[in-house]
Amino acid sequence: MHYQTQSWGAYVAPRNMGVDPLERIEKLASENAVVIFSMSTCCMCHAIKRLFCGMGVNPTVYELDEDPRGKDMEKALMRLLASSSAVPVVFIGGKLVGAMDRVMASHISGTLVPLLKEAGALWL
Amino acid sequence: NNDVRSEQEVVDVGADEILVQVRVLIGSLNSIFKRLFDWQLSGPDYKSTKGMSSPSTQFVTSRRMGVYEPLHQIGMWEDPFKGLTSQHGIAATTIVEVDGLDKPDYTSNESVGPSKNDQEASIPNEKVQRRLAQNREAARKSRLRKKAYVQQLETSRLKLTQLEQELQRARQQGLFIGSSALDSSHMGSSASLNSDLAGITAFEMKYGHWVEEQHKQNGELRNALQVHITDIELRILVDHGLKHYHDLFNMKADAAKADVFYLMSGMWRTSAERFFLWIGGFRPSELLNVLMPQLEPLTDQQLLDVCNLRLSSQQAEDALTQGMDKLQQSLAQSVATDSGNYGSQMAAAMEKLEALEGFVNQADHLRQQTLQQMSRILTTRQAARGLLALGEYFHRLRALSSLWAARPCEPA
Repeated sequence: MHYQTQSWGAYVAPRNMGVDPLERIEKLASENAVVIFSMSTCCMCHAIKRLFCGMGVNPTVYELDEDPRGKDMEKALMRLLASSSAVPVVFIGGKLVGAMDRVMASHISGTLVPLLKEAGALWL
Repeated sequence: NNDVRSEQEVVDVGADEILVQVRVLIGSLNSIFKRLFDWQLSGPDYKSTKGMSSPSTQFVTSRRMGVYEPLHQIGMWEDPFKGLTSQHGIAATTIVEVDGLDKPDYTSNESVGPSKNDQEASIPNEKVQRRLAQNREAARKSRLRKKAYVQQLETSRLKLTQLEQELQRARQQGLFIGSSALDSSHMGSSASLNSDLAGITAFEMKYGHWVEEQHKQNGELRNALQVHITDIELRILVDHGLKHYHDLFNMKADAAKADVFYLMSGMWRTSAERFFLWIGGFRPSELLNVLMPQLEPLTDQQLLDVCNLRLSSQQAEDALTQGMDKLQQSLAQSVATDSGNYGSQMAAAMEKLEALEGFVNQADHLRQQTLQQMSRILTTRQAARGLLALGEYFHRLRALSSLWAARPCEPA
């Protein structure tokens, strides 16, 4: 999903230029069973990644601080979650699950594992 | 604006006064200890303990100490020094004269003097033996009393030192905020420091009430389980119990906003409870370990659900622990390396610290969810037994802390 830089000497229109950040988020979320939007410096994001890895799930992680459009996506996520922190946020099977508290509540109540199996992220 | 500033000044002055008084108390405790050790080496000065003036005054004048309130209690210490004197070979009779409490046989107020020979020569041997034995016994008792009292003083000194440190820190915080900016943010910071301290004080009070209410609810559950009470009534008690924990987590959330370090330190809990501390509270897995033995027999479905809960809560616990470890590492790195720009380095570190509140909240959230799920899996009666077991477990831990604090000191 990268666009070419000026070193080509010609203007190449970047893909997804002008695409609404929320649309981009939804698109990325639908491309994998488990998608986590994160920031490399965020320790709660680290915790949520460890949670999924500990369950044997292999999530796709997007570090917003390493993405050129990260800032916009961050703002869009904050609006989506109605929260002052955009990350971490988890999508399973393309659908929004939520931030750490939602994910934990879902896991404790036993609804997370079926959701993961349904999305094909977990077998057994 | 002026009100806020003077409020801060009042807090500063109050903290100063308290600090001064705390230091005075620590100073007097320290000099008591010093005298104690000096006397143990050299023996007391009995020349000045003539007559039967009040113990405290006598003590004070003979030991040449300053007159402070706490020292009145030290009059009781007249006794312990008999034990010392007998070690230094001063006559049994002199010991008897000093102690007016344990020797009702002796009514005459013979003055205490160094020479014993005149008095002893005219007394029959068996009486002397009896008297010596009584003196030894009294000396022994006095030594024990002294030990207990010294231990109390040690504990007080320790507490005072801790108090002094806390006051220092609070004072420095106030100074730091006050001197860092003379603009309008100073006012805001002062106000927030005051409200932080107020927030923690409020929490401590509320928590005290919470523990009392918990004790009451335990009693109600115990009674309810013994008599034949309908499931509906039992359910009400269970829901009350669950709500009580919910209230605790709400209180903690407010306290975390005021001072997350205070919450994380576990200072609001007793020492044995602190031993088990995990991100500002009990571990969800600990909860399950306490409850499980109480709940048999369980149906197969219940067993399955409980196993799943065990697993998921452990996984969530581990995830949060790893997140905290990462936070520690990250913070240590940002503080350890000298970036050359103190201001921005500190700002970055401060930002990292802000994540702590999130972890404490998530840990409490996990505790809450685990309790909820347990109550979903269990029948009403089982849930009642479980809540009672949990309440009694924490009650016993608190009792253990008190017993530990009061345990007799090992001889030096």
